[in-house]
Amino acid sequence: MMKKLLKGDGIYSFAASLIAILLGVLVGAVVLFVANPAQALNGLKSLFIGGFVDMKNVGQTLYYATPIIMTGLSVGFANKCGLFNIGGSGQFIVGAYAAVLVGVKCTFLPTGLHCAAALLAAVLAGALWGLLPGVLKALCNVNEVISCIMMNYIGMSMVNLLVRKTVFDQLKNQSKMPAASAILPKMGFDKIFVAGKATSSANAGIIIAIVAGIIMWVVLSKTKFGYELKACGYNRDAAKYAGINEKRSIIMSMVIAGALAGLGGALMYLAGAGKGIHVVDTLAAEGFTGIPVALLGMSNPIGIIFAGLFMAHLTMGGFNMQIYGFVPQVIDIITSVIIYFSAFALFFQLVLRKKFNKGADDNANAEKALSAEAQALPEVLPENQGKGGEI
Amino acid sequence: MEAVEYIIEMCNITKEFPGIIANDNVTLQLKKGEIHALLGENGAGKSTLMSVLFGMYQPEKGVIRKNGQEVQINDPNDANRLGIGMVHQHFKLVHNFTVLENIILGVETTQKGFLKMDAARDKVVALSHKYNLSVDPDALISDITVGMQQRVEILKMLYRDNEILIFDEPTAVLTPQEIAELMKIMRSLADEGKSILFITHKLNEIKEVASRCTVLRKGKYIGTVDVAATSKEEMSEMMVGRKVNLKVDKAEPKIGDVIFEADHICVNSKTSQKHLVKDITLNVRAGEIVCIAGIDGNGQTELVQTLTGLIKPDAGTIKLNGADITHSSIRKRNTSGLGHIPEDRHKHGLVLDYPLAYNLVLQSYFEPRFCRGQFLKYDEIFKYADTLIEKYDIRSGQGAKTFARSMSGGNQQKAIVAREIDRDPSLLIAVQPTRGLDVGAIEYIHKKLVEERDLGKGILLVSLELDEVMNLSDRILVIYEGEIVAELNPSEVTIQELGLYMAGSKRNKEKEA
Repeated sequence: MMKKLLKGDGIYSFAASLIAILLGVLVGAVVLFVANPAQALNGLKSLFIGGFVDMKNVGQTLYYATPIIMTGLSVGFANKCGLFNIGGSGQFIVGAYAAVLVGVKCTFLPTGLHCAAALLAAVLAGALWGLLPGVLKALCNVNEVISCIMMNYIGMSMVNLLVRKTVFDQLKNQSKMPAASAILPKMGFDKIFVAGKATSSANAGIIIAIVAGIIMWVVLSKTKFGYELKACGYNRDAAKYAGINEKRSIIMSMVIAGALAGLGGALMYLAGAGKGIHVVDTLAAEGFTGIPVALLGMSNPIGIIFAGLFMAHLTMGGFNMQIYGFVPQVIDIITSVIIYFSAFALFFQLVLRKKFNKGADDNANAEKALSAEAQALPEVLPENQGKGGEI
Repeated sequence: MEAVEYIIEMCNITKEFPGIIANDNVTLQLKKGEIHALLGENGAGKSTLMSVLFGMYQPEKGVIRKNGQEVQINDPNDANRLGIGMVHQHFKLVHNFTVLENIILGVETTQKGFLKMDAARDKVVALSHKYNLSVDPDALISDITVGMQQRVEILKMLYRDNEILIFDEPTAVLTPQEIAELMKIMRSLADEGKSILFITHKLNEIKEVASRCTVLRKGKYIGTVDVAATSKEEMSEMMVGRKVNLKVDKAEPKIGDVIFEADHICVNSKTSQKHLVKDITLNVRAGEIVCIAGIDGNGQTELVQTLTGLIKPDAGTIKLNGADITHSSIRKRNTSGLGHIPEDRHKHGLVLDYPLAYNLVLQSYFEPRFCRGQFLKYDEIFKYADTLIEKYDIRSGQGAKTFARSMSGGNQQKAIVAREIDRDPSLLIAVQPTRGLDVGAIEYIHKKLVEERDLGKGILLVSLELDEVMNLSDRILVIYEGEIVAELNPSEVTIQELGLYMAGSKRNKEKEA
């Protein structure tokens, strides 16, 4: 795999993402200097060091990375089939609720099974939340962006209502804690990722997320199903012509995308970090963070894992910046600027390609030179939005 | 006074790309007011040469002169300033803009920041009138025909007062009638003193309008000939480098049983009361090539899509090898012996962002030989692709790994033909299989189709090219406004007669009441 990554497209994707990040940091530095010149360098340093302060912070990075890797995979998976899953937020929260519900109520299950049942419930709930937009898209040609956004709000409001009715902790205005038997095992991480007496919240969730990413990579690049899915994503007409059931592919990719995001919700709320589902009228941010994660990872599952870790690293760095008196808003601006620039990663990829790969490209396209630019755009989220818009 | 004679001269142009010399010492001299054809196969370097003229590439060697003055063309804006305009093969138009808006795009005249359309409109109307283009300036691009869109592209060049007009394979997308109209327009443009470069590989058209012709082959300059004094055979030999058989050799058909029947097929329009396909009944027997001839847009597309399962018929039945497949899925049809070379190879025929190998198994990847359980056997797929590449002479930069997008049109089509034929279907539906291809590739595909016929396969060919219809078919069905209006024997009908049937002014098969 490493060999594959280095030759051909991989190296360009990687370099482009790196350039995007560096430019983002540069602009971020300007913001820091405007906000607080005296502490700007210290702030920048701590943002850079991020999670690497001590082992506990490394563990925290893994903990924060888990849900956004999952939502990133969700967005990336749908993108492979030419769909834009902006419904990660809704899928994430219904998954979280299903997991918490099972975690709190089904205490009769034995330890290992209880946790597995909670995860399964989350997968099913998320899948259901992906199924609806998928079916609407496949059968009625309803733009998935619109139906996904609707599903986000329905999911949020429904979960708020259900949390109040079923698993409400009135004191904290959030859901009750799942039973200990439903909490994800620590896998010994609580012994590795510690600093003095402070332990991190790292747990088996990150392993599950990485395994999910690897499975997704295998499915996409090795199986019949992945072949059909990508054919649909690249050219739905050709897929239909070839006898691929393109409606099924669309539905399945949304279902799986939903399941991934739903699992992400479970991994976050079964982490045993004392976090409950707050009853607030705000969409779960993790669902949207999945979009830049997928973008930064170029929709490649392995890339998404690293992109998720990187974003979590920034989040940790942001926490550390508070020591130097930066308000959370400034930190948000910096991280957003970096995310914003990461969206240009694709642009940098094109530039790099032009610069270093000109020969080979021209060679193949010499005859098509005049019309080449028009087709030069590879798969990319904004393009998919455009596709949706045409309908 | 050579300096005055040529409006544009490209002398000894050499353009290299790593590993390939796209233009090797090519010279092209365009006289003022002439129509000059640039002839060559796909990949001969025509487009590269035009890109050099357009400033998109800088040549390693050679000079460009305009009216005898050496000029430096660094980008398309320079070319525009020198009065060079181009109609691209794929039009560069904004579909939800009007004709007028498209024409002025990029050279808008404004007053205090607001668009001033009146002067532009007057100029466009005057130009349209002068050259008999009859374009409605207020029509939306998406509402007008391809032929009209091309005229908008021509108007765009005229609006910018371009002197040198380049037409890149302008007839590839047109119907015979539209081609005739275009030829007329080109002639009147030349009469008005415009100089025209006409890129093509259709010899008939060169014969009809061009005065001189420059031939390229594999990047090399072969020569410039006087069209009137050169035969089509000579030109095609210059282009391909060997003798080309413009006629298709085929033996008498050995006709067998009926293998495919379509009975009273109807397809209604979704948006109007019109029948797109009106009660069509046809059959194909083993060992014959049945050709559906007609002008584009007379229901061929819908008919084929119905037969292949892309759309559902509103009435009628379809039988393949005796089995009713009217309601079968596309996959079922494919596996039970239906092959389909689609009309639009980019839209339906290929997944352009898949490598060639993946494209070659587009309908067979699920077969046991290519997969184990849910996993694909990539080694097998690539091995199979290599055998097809070898057998059907599909050329590409990196063999089976090449992305379909970066292959030439001819080789893309060869890949589709290879895939469909190698699946060994009993009926092959081929829709405009040679559209936009050069002589060599056309000859090859025609040969393959005849081979399949001789192997006892049924072939249903849909074509807009009269020559192809006359050359290949054993039986001709003429389609007009969604109806089969005539069944003809190619040996008993002339091209002129066929044209009349296609235009709807003649019919021999009255609809059974």
